[in-house]
Amino acid sequence: MLTTRDLVLSALFAALVAGLGMAPPIPLGFLPVPITAQSLGVMLAGALLGAKRGGLALLLFVLLVAAGLPLLAGGRGGIGVILGPSGGFILAFPVGAFVTGLLAERFATGANPLRLFAVCVAGGILAVYAGGIPWLSVVAGMPLEKAVTAMLAFIPGDLIKAGVAAAAAAAVRRAGVLPTAHA
Amino acid sequence: MLGLYLHRDSPVHRLGAGVKMGGLLAATLLVLALPGAVGALAAGLLGLVALWLAKLPLGRVLRELRAPVLMLGLLFGVQALVAGTGWADTLAAVARFAALILLATLVTLTTKVAAMVDLFERVFAILRPLGVNPAKLALMLALTIRFIPLLAEQVREVRMAQQARGVERSIAALFVPLLVKILRLADDLTAALEARGYDPTDDARPDVRPNDAVGPNDKEAQPPC
Repeated sequence: MLTTRDLVLSALFAALVAGLGMAPPIPLGFLPVPITAQSLGVMLAGALLGAKRGGLALLLFVLLVAAGLPLLAGGRGGIGVILGPSGGFILAFPVGAFVTGLLAERFATGANPLRLFAVCVAGGILAVYAGGIPWLSVVAGMPLEKAVTAMLAFIPGDLIKAGVAAAAAAAVRRAGVLPTAHA
Repeated sequence: MLGLYLHRDSPVHRLGAGVKMGGLLAATLLVLALPGAVGALAAGLLGLVALWLAKLPLGRVLRELRAPVLMLGLLFGVQALVAGTGWADTLAAVARFAALILLATLVTLTTKVAAMVDLFERVFAILRPLGVNPAKLALMLALTIRFIPLLAEQVREVRMAQQARGVERSIAALFVPLLVKILRLADDLTAALEARGYDPTDDARPDVRPNDAVGPNDKEAQPPC
């Protein structure tokens, strides 16, 4: 059963992921590639809202992208993107947020950044790649192991994002503004 | 909220969202089921005919196609040059998806976001026996569309505050205040919804209808060009 608050929180985080895509990428001194914060939203939604509301938030986001709103970083959107090489990653966003949330509810209920980091890696990276890589392999006619190798290049950036998401989620939990899972 | 929709008076635009999405689904299944590049050629031809019928400006369509097709081409090039094995199969795979992406892009450019959201609502209504509530989903989609400019503004505000304090490189200084703001905002918005008579236990279509919540923005979603 979804309360009014659940609806509002999911919609807000879906909009946050969209807003992060519109913001200019954040420069990090030591990395050549600026961080686009959109996949960070997957981890944050899962870690802060939990499995149900976090997964729902990203489902809303993906539906609106598919409906033709240009919400992905760089103003992209539409079903064409979903059918394209990176479509599997986008479709796996809700699953990633759900898995992050599920693990966070079980193993990282406190404000321990290390536990939150592990949870963000499992949900925000592993679960998303598990959906994205097979899709990439099919769309690009690429053997699966080659697609895995190609994606290794993105792992360092994604680990940094998981670190940022974990630190932010821990700080927010310490601030005590978090909605409880059964509010 | 500006969608990617481009208004033209054409038979492709007048087709229902359900027809177009159903057709795209059928084309995808067919192209993937047919061996080799036969499906890709057929889908590509269909795409060109639809493009001509829809009277869309070619430049705009190419702009939408550029990113995915470039990426597919790059992936193909790397494989053909480096791996050197089975490049004909790879070419067929890339051609199939290039054709499907053309069709999908045409669906997006000729279908209003509101029509697409209505279609999703109808599709989710089929899942009602599984406990899915299409009315709630519609409300949440409408709320999200309404919240996007709000959240984009919040992101901008917090980043401006960071720059003013010279901490624009601190990620914590971006996300923590942003998330705290959002979570506080949720309280006010929940109260606002309930004050307007929204009852989450009522399974009927909510009083706050999607079109009211979206406001006039959605109707004006057609770009002037």
